[in-house]
Amino acid sequence: MRTIVAAALGLASIAAALPALAEPPAGAVSCSGCHPASARVTSPVPRLAGYDRAAMVKALSDFRSGARPGTVMDRIAKGFTDAEIQAIAAWYAAQK
Amino acid sequence: MNADRRMFLAATKADRRTFLKLGIAATASAALAPFPAYGQGANPRVVIIGGGFGGASCARALRQADPRIAVTLVEPNATFTACPFSNEVIVGLRELSAQQFTYDRVVADGITVARTTATAVDGPGRSVTLADGGRLPFDRLVLSPGIDFRWGAIPGYDEAASAVMPHAWRAGDQTLLLRRQLEAMPDGGLVVISAPANPFRCPPGPYERASLIAYYLKAKKPHSKLLVLDAKDAFSKQRLFQAAWAELYPGLLEWVPLSKGGNVTSVDPATKTLVTDFGRHQAAVANVIPPQKAGRIAEAAGVADRSGWCPIDPVTFESKLVPGIHVIGDAAIAGAMPKSAFAANSQAKTCAAAVATLLAGGTPSSPKLINTCYSLVAPDYGISVAGVYVPSGGQLADVPNSGGVSPSDAPRPTRAAEATLAAAWFRTITGEVFG
Repeated sequence: MRTIVAAALGLASIAAALPALAEPPAGAVSCSGCHPASARVTSPVPRLAGYDRAAMVKALSDFRSGARPGTVMDRIAKGFTDAEIQAIAAWYAAQK
Repeated sequence: MNADRRMFLAATKADRRTFLKLGIAATASAALAPFPAYGQGANPRVVIIGGGFGGASCARALRQADPRIAVTLVEPNATFTACPFSNEVIVGLRELSAQQFTYDRVVADGITVARTTATAVDGPGRSVTLADGGRLPFDRLVLSPGIDFRWGAIPGYDEAASAVMPHAWRAGDQTLLLRRQLEAMPDGGLVVISAPANPFRCPPGPYERASLIAYYLKAKKPHSKLLVLDAKDAFSKQRLFQAAWAELYPGLLEWVPLSKGGNVTSVDPATKTLVTDFGRHQAAVANVIPPQKAGRIAEAAGVADRSGWCPIDPVTFESKLVPGIHVIGDAAIAGAMPKSAFAANSQAKTCAAAVATLLAGGTPSSPKLINTCYSLVAPDYGISVAGVYVPSGGQLADVPNSGGVSPSDAPRPTRAAEATLAAAWFRTITGEVFG
């Protein structure tokens, strides 16, 4: 069976043909160091799973520009481009 | 076809029943299943050595990234004792039990926890040897061994000396020993902290410790004095610490940099004396934070270089010395990233995503990583440093114009807010890693 599958797909295309692993966008996995992933944790820092996409883009953009004051997010947001902010916001918005 | 791709191809054939069976067997038998049980099995195998912020995070992130990966975590301790916030334990603001976590939730994720020590690694043969003689084959290995001490680097300071002059740089009994010594010290005593040269675990840690010990002395033993003997001339968040010390602990805490005789050249445990080029300091309580290196399995695996730390690829955290072995956390040479719990957790999740992609035959994309470290200069006075990092020139480098420390002119409510955020950070990260 394995041989048949491999032969049918051809070696070069195996990786592409397999179910893709969706890699998180750059930087996204670091957020849960401070933003709780677990519902059991009490924190003044907001959860990001299911966060409204447009609201997150605005928050990060405003932290970055200085329009919104932050404690650490003003410093961290400056490390991300518009495209990266869009990708992170989309990734979290898609989570339950 | 490389080994990773072959394993992945096999993995896709595993039906759900096979996977469940393997998962249950792995969880029940604590990883000591004989070689053949996994050898031709359906799941790619990742072994992780070290169950701290790096290793436990990586194990769970791997299972989340791809449940087909069989993950074994090798960790001899049944309980993890966290270092962040252990400075509060030293001065009686917190109990050690608040620092301790079990691996129950890690096991519940379907991760095999092998409660033993890894003694050797065969990189080319892709197997780990355990203290009981058992062997664990792997397709990829992640080392997250933390630090070891360079005993003898300061003449007179060996493991036996640490029973008299505690380092308290791995949380646990040493933390409690330093606490008991401070509690037993009469008012008017001299406390000495010796801080090492870079690099070492938790760059702001010695200065947070100095701050909180000064807080304790000011309240409980105000005629005492605290001396910080430093093997360097600059340290993390220095201006913020020094401004706070001048405000909160004037005349109580003195920092002696390298250029003013701060380098400790030897110690005498019998008299609790620390010797520098400029003089001798006989302490009532001496906390010697010794020079460090990667945890010993790194050297055994051949992934540590002459510096004692482990060079890595900044995209995948794969060793630059031995293919198939990844190194994360304090043991890794992570460029601009400090050796912190936050960094270890960030690296662990990034490494897990890369390993899952590699096992699937893909090419990991370039990551960005974040670090945030809070320090307490008093229980209600927090300061922080944050950074964003990107692979650049084979290293992890700061993203230009990002990151930095808390503002120097922030009002006290901001300092109080950062202290609150520090505590929230600890709950959050330990919740993610162990909860």
